[in-house]
Amino acid sequence: MAQRDYFGLIIVAVIVTLIPRLIENEYYIGILVFTALNCLTCMGLCLLMGYAGQISLGHSAFYGIGAYATGILTVTLAWSPWIALGAGACFAALVAVVVGVPSLRLKGHYLAMATLGFGAIVHIVFVAAVDLTGGPNGIARIPHLDLFGIELSTDKSFFYFSWAVVILGLFFALNLIHSRVGRGLRAIHGSQDAAGSLGVNTARYKIQIFILSAVYASVAGSLYASFVNYIDPGPFDVMHSVLLVTMVAVGGMHNIWGALIGAVLLSILPEFLSELSDYFGGVGISYNPDYDMLIYGGILLAIMLFLPGGLVEGIRNFLRFSFNAVAKIKRRAFS
Amino acid sequence: MSSGGSFTDLLQFIFMGLQRGSIYAMVAMGFNMIYNSTGIINLAQGEFVVLGGLMMVSLTMSANISLPLAFVITVFFVTIVGILMERFTINPVKPPTVMRLIIITVAVSILLKGSAMCFWGKESHYMKHFSGTEPFEIMGATILPQTLWIFGILIIIVAAFIYFFNFTMTGKSMRACSINRDAARLAGINDRKMVMLSFALSAGIGAIAGIIVTPIIQMDYSRGALLGIKGFGAAVVGGLGNSIGAVVAGLLVGILEALGGGYISSHYMDAFALLILLIVLFIRPSGIFGSREASRLKEF
Amino acid sequence: MRRSIVFTTVMTVVCLFFAANLCAESDEYRVGCAFAVTGAASWLGEPQKNTVEMLAKEINDAGGINGKKLVLYIEDTQGDNTRAVNAVKKLIQKNKVSVIIGPSRSGTAMAAIPVAEAAGIPMISCASAEIQLEPIDQRTNIFKVAPNDSDAIRIIYDHIVARGIKKVGIITGTTGFGAAGRTLMLEMAPEYELEIIADETYSPADTDMTAQLINIRNKGAEAIINWSIVPAQSIVPQNIRQLKIDIPFYQSHGFCNVKYAASAGESAEGTIFPCGRILAVDTLPDDNRQKPVLHDYKTKYEEQFKDHVSTFGGHAYDSLLLVVDALKAVGDDPKKIRDYLENAKFIGTGGVFQFSPTDHCGLDKTAFEMLTVKDGKFVVLGQ
Repeated sequence: MAQRDYFGLIIVAVIVTLIPRLIENEYYIGILVFTALNCLTCMGLCLLMGYAGQISLGHSAFYGIGAYATGILTVTLAWSPWIALGAGACFAALVAVVVGVPSLRLKGHYLAMATLGFGAIVHIVFVAAVDLTGGPNGIARIPHLDLFGIELSTDKSFFYFSWAVVILGLFFALNLIHSRVGRGLRAIHGSQDAAGSLGVNTARYKIQIFILSAVYASVAGSLYASFVNYIDPGPFDVMHSVLLVTMVAVGGMHNIWGALIGAVLLSILPEFLSELSDYFGGVGISYNPDYDMLIYGGILLAIMLFLPGGLVEGIRNFLRFSFNAVAKIKRRAFS
Repeated sequence: MSSGGSFTDLLQFIFMGLQRGSIYAMVAMGFNMIYNSTGIINLAQGEFVVLGGLMMVSLTMSANISLPLAFVITVFFVTIVGILMERFTINPVKPPTVMRLIIITVAVSILLKGSAMCFWGKESHYMKHFSGTEPFEIMGATILPQTLWIFGILIIIVAAFIYFFNFTMTGKSMRACSINRDAARLAGINDRKMVMLSFALSAGIGAIAGIIVTPIIQMDYSRGALLGIKGFGAAVVGGLGNSIGAVVAGLLVGILEALGGGYISSHYMDAFALLILLIVLFIRPSGIFGSREASRLKEF
Repeated sequence: MRRSIVFTTVMTVVCLFFAANLCAESDEYRVGCAFAVTGAASWLGEPQKNTVEMLAKEINDAGGINGKKLVLYIEDTQGDNTRAVNAVKKLIQKNKVSVIIGPSRSGTAMAAIPVAEAAGIPMISCASAEIQLEPIDQRTNIFKVAPNDSDAIRIIYDHIVARGIKKVGIITGTTGFGAAGRTLMLEMAPEYELEIIADETYSPADTDMTAQLINIRNKGAEAIINWSIVPAQSIVPQNIRQLKIDIPFYQSHGFCNVKYAASAGESAEGTIFPCGRILAVDTLPDDNRQKPVLHDYKTKYEEQFKDHVSTFGGHAYDSLLLVVDALKAVGDDPKKIRDYLENAKFIGTGGVFQFSPTDHCGLDKTAFEMLTVKDGKFVVLGQ
């Protein structure tokens, strides 16, 4: 792990501890819990997209698997939510192996469509397997998680917990990137054939990352179920998978910090727009959330066309560019 | 009540499957068009179908324009959308990496879907059948006149396709581009024009599919994704890039879906086509009609 | 120096915004609404928002409640569970409302219920699923004004039994509404000595239900019940007609939408379905107790919004009038409002309500009237 990354981790931790002191209102804290869950999923997806170079348009399926594992095991079988979370992660990993081994042999577009199809099928199962999942009626009264005897039932306690998980996930991901696996992955991204010829076991690395990203998504899903206490198939559809890809792409898929920032920005955006509407509603300016789709689509398209490295890389390049320009002007002025 | 024997039912399921399959076949042909000229899978393909259907509804039901004229206007309009898409979102991408192109077509599909929702609203739109709703009876099974229209138009499109690619200069140039783009360019073919043309044709076919199916299924803004992915399933089963294969595979996928829904479980009807897609992708990505050598798995 | 000026300005603006929020005047009653105003379920939320805004203006123009102004905070759930949870939290924690009306969809309601329960704020849901109120001892703050699905089934089953029919085929949409109806229909059939011989479903995106209907026909059904709330349900009567199946056809109260009847066209003629009385006000007998309320709401709504009145807007109408009654009687303490609601009696657009500590819905099967489609219009089914 680079020194920069340690520094980043500490900043995140400081912000997380400060936020509840600065923001009294639990409503905002609640939004940040959902933000944390998206961050967790997007980190996994970023490892897959940016480092292993594989796209998944079906990641909400793993998110859903985690949520349903928690829902079914805790409500129907009365297991502890912690064991359910672990079981969900194991199951997601298993599914990732079954889907991943054949589909990661596929390249580019084939893989995109295979994961898209997989995500759609899982969503259909959530809807149709009524005896298991409750179908469209979903599963209610999912218990809260408890930590050392403290029930995580308030937004604030869950906020600390979910961000602690994010930091842990981040720590792990950063370590991975700077390990042998990470270097191998970057080689794959550059050229799969070249990496293979240098003895990098590309297939194994790719499948490992796929499993890891599935586990991240599944844990986020389990946390979602424990936090909201109710699940139905709604939040786990193909559109959510696309939204996750958007978050990663907007922030910058080649950098895990980028994915994190993309997830934070796009998770807060709808609430921000609704707040703006509230403030300016009095003067007749209001925002209609029906335009959400145009906004997301527009942002994604603009980023891909003009800033393919994402916002983070774009800003970095901009800063570097302006720094150089300023230096040039200074040099010219002095000479 | 049980007037229909099992054969009649089978026939009814097959009619239903053929009707669904015809639409998948047309979507698959659209995928192939663009794939052959650029190697891109256009994830916005399903949205062309939606646009075609919704536009047609507006023209015939609200503006009271006659069917043939509305048909022409709609196809023209969606074709323009296809050309604009290529000009503004595909053409400028340098370097065209797979990941970027996939995400861009996803972004375009979200934009088209969002625009359709803002313009036509969220409710589903219905449209008069081309020639009445009195079903014909064939050996006990019934079939709507609209379904016959769908079969007829599919046959015309396939015939036009064969003619275009085998007997016209432009069609042959397009085929040349898909076989070897560099060689085609050396032979004096304007390959960039061919890419634009492929988007135009592909959007046009999508629009036609949307127009003819809307009276039966009632179009709304959100139908694109599922139509797109099932159409892609047909394209893969038929061997990506192989248009005649796509038509056969489209009909096959439709029939399997109808039989699955009828005999196994209607609860999982939508999953059957997707399952076929995954199985073929995993076991034989070159498709069941394409030989392994013939299907060049392009780098992107 | 310049930086500090910018900083001070920004901070002042931020503080002003916060101050504007914190300045809560006590001469007003705050009521929160969470409706699916936009998104795929906006056909539920939009009339609800229109209705409460119309009513609130009317009440305030007439001097408010107990001399206090009625202030509505309307949040858009977009029909999305996560957004609904956030919306209800915002209403409770930021806007400090004393009671919440909504959400519109069963799924969003189920997701929001734990939030309202934990905060002890009464919530009057406009969604129909009965599981919202189960178990009643853990749902002390939750009420609903939409009629019970089970009552709609009772009235359909009564009608079927009276015709001497024994074998029924059901076809349901795979949404919350459809799935809840499916479970109840299967559960309640033995009570009426009916046999469900076919149980088929279709997804909201489905385009052709021929396969399902053939199965229902082949199993020898003597009547078909189509239970769904999505537009796709109007394809079912078309397919029935195409297959020339000639047996009684029933729909659920999810069919209570003039647009569905229009898109099903001729094939909807003769469909029998239970529905709230709002859609057939004109054909109701004059001595009906609800008629004045219904007539009043329908005239005002259709005049102001130039749109057909719907049962869904009616749920919001009933909820707000209930809340107004409660505010008039006990003021804006959430606990007292809850206690009031638990014993409220009230004639609304949805029926004659009679709440009790064990019944937080307060409606029975008399909330429904059997309607049929005649010449493209909804009319009360004559015996």
